[in-house]
Amino acid sequence: MAWVNAVIQGILTGGLYALFACGLSLLFGVMKVVNLAHGDLATVAGYVGVGVVAAFHLPFLWSVPVVVLAMAVLGYVLQRSVIQAALSRGELTTLIVTFGLSIVIENGLLQFFTSDSRGLAVGDSFTTASFSIGSQITIAWLDVYIFILAVVVLLALQYFLSGSKYGRLIRAVADDREAAQLSGANYRHVFGIAAAIAFGTVALAGMSYGLTTTIDPTTGTDTILLFAFAAVVIGGLGSLWGTLLGGIVLGVAQQIGAQINIGYEQLGGYVIFLLVLVVWPQGLTGRRAQS
Amino acid sequence: MTEMAKTRVRSGEKELRVTRSRRNVAWSGVGAIVVIVVLFLFPYYIGAGTTGIMVQALIVLTLASMWNLLAGYAGLVSVGQQAFFGLGAYFVLIPAMHGLTPWAALPIAAIGAALCALPLWWLVSRLRTGYFAIATWVLAAAIMLVIEQIGSIGGGTGEPLPGLTGMDPAVLAAYTYWAALTVAVLAIGGVYFLLRSRVGLTLTAIRDDEQAARSSGVRVGLARLLVFVVAAAGCGAAGGVLAIQQLQVVPGTSGGVFSVQWTAEMAFAVIIGGIGTIEGPIIGTAVFIILQQTLESYNAWYLIILGLVAIVIAIFFRRGLWGTLDDKVNLRLLPTGYYLWPAGDTRPRFRRSKADVAQG
Repeated sequence: MAWVNAVIQGILTGGLYALFACGLSLLFGVMKVVNLAHGDLATVAGYVGVGVVAAFHLPFLWSVPVVVLAMAVLGYVLQRSVIQAALSRGELTTLIVTFGLSIVIENGLLQFFTSDSRGLAVGDSFTTASFSIGSQITIAWLDVYIFILAVVVLLALQYFLSGSKYGRLIRAVADDREAAQLSGANYRHVFGIAAAIAFGTVALAGMSYGLTTTIDPTTGTDTILLFAFAAVVIGGLGSLWGTLLGGIVLGVAQQIGAQINIGYEQLGGYVIFLLVLVVWPQGLTGRRAQS
Repeated sequence: MTEMAKTRVRSGEKELRVTRSRRNVAWSGVGAIVVIVVLFLFPYYIGAGTTGIMVQALIVLTLASMWNLLAGYAGLVSVGQQAFFGLGAYFVLIPAMHGLTPWAALPIAAIGAALCALPLWWLVSRLRTGYFAIATWVLAAAIMLVIEQIGSIGGGTGEPLPGLTGMDPAVLAAYTYWAALTVAVLAIGGVYFLLRSRVGLTLTAIRDDEQAARSSGVRVGLARLLVFVVAAAGCGAAGGVLAIQQLQVVPGTSGGVFSVQWTAEMAFAVIIGGIGTIEGPIIGTAVFIILQQTLESYNAWYLIILGLVAIVIAIFFRRGLWGTLDDKVNLRLLPTGYYLWPAGDTRPRFRRSKADVAQG
């Protein structure tokens, strides 16, 4: 029964990991930017959430649209300024600049908010409610909500990119920037919009993580970035549903690791990650990896 | 170090000269030896506090030279070099716990880290650029998790380094400094001679056009593997020096040997000093230490400012401080590339054309 519980909890955590991976995947898919500051930006979103709730005495759920919007604006601005400047100078510069952002953000958070961990909506019945199946399996409603949120975000992204006019524009620019520009698309603006959407999902990821557990300045790289990346690689690059599958596999592997020995939780995830890297380099749903 | 023998090659009707540098830099070899001798004499003149800072600088310098080799010459942007740094520290700790003096364990740190790099290369070699970067980071995290599970070497809390406890602090400080200096000199010298060898040519060919190099029979994968292993050895030796300096090995991602902060320091030093030059990491390390010492009492600020400076330099002065200087006055004290003299041209031109820049 404990193992069944581990698998169920793993699947639900997988939704959170897929949410982590969305923004990373989208930025890479559209702009070929591997954003090393991805996790730290999610942590920033978590901190902004804590700040918004504290400052305006809003109920937690009301702060979500505020933070998502704020992060989307930040995404657009960062893309149009720093990231675009780095992008036009090559891959090495892009990596250095996003790595620099990561270190600056993490240490900035450390400097201004200390290394104390913080949680969102602590003690709220929203974060503590749960239901039981049988006597040994207890499922937190929050985990279910986050899983549903992840699926909704993935569905919305899928629909937006393939069905809407603007989504097709984004894909056109991603495929061939010059040709799209010749047809009248301003690729810088389109990249900005894509970054805004990616950062919006990053905000959701950071806040969701802040609800399930606590965040501190090192959460961004130690947890969010590395788990997001593992989910993307396990699932296969360039596939949104692969990302969900990757997140679930990662989540289940971690829970099974934790079941064997509480210290093996993260290790279990990385073992699966390395195994996939060796056996299925294209990921579980893999089209050919192009990186 | 000296100007290369003036090779004459026939290219159509014109005679070309090929040299290592556009200036005669014979004196820079002598200069390097003088600098190394002076640095070796330091502990006789300055106090233990200053040599302590120098040891930090030499560790960062060693790491920066290795990262420069990886990213600047082989295009391998690793964000997981802290893995080898940490492994090096443990490869000094473990023999020391079995009675070997830590000084003798330093070569073990280098060799051990290099051996660990072989299977890890197999895992990450199929990834490129950004994905290579994060994959190395994941590996570093995984290695740390494994080591934290081993209780006999301190588990998650760390372990003091035995074997040096009885030493006079001043003597210990001096020995530590000499060890750090030896590692740094070997690292820079190793990178310099590696790049002047056939491997350097191979790496230049890969950098200029990987496809063309591959189709001309250049063994691209082998050259990258060699660079990855050498960089692991250098980072491992530097980690060993840190273990000796701190007299303990602490794992952990914040402040421990597996902290990504080490990779940040080495990468930023390289970017600020000038990527793809031997001199760049030296200049970058100097900037790093000055920043760190000035902002010492402001906790994390030195990393924030270092990161911001690196971002600005990466965007606006891509060739870093030394590279920008080199563009202006054609100065390479430790040249690793080749310079092609057009027929009849006997003086160095002080402005580089775009083509020259591409030549490196």
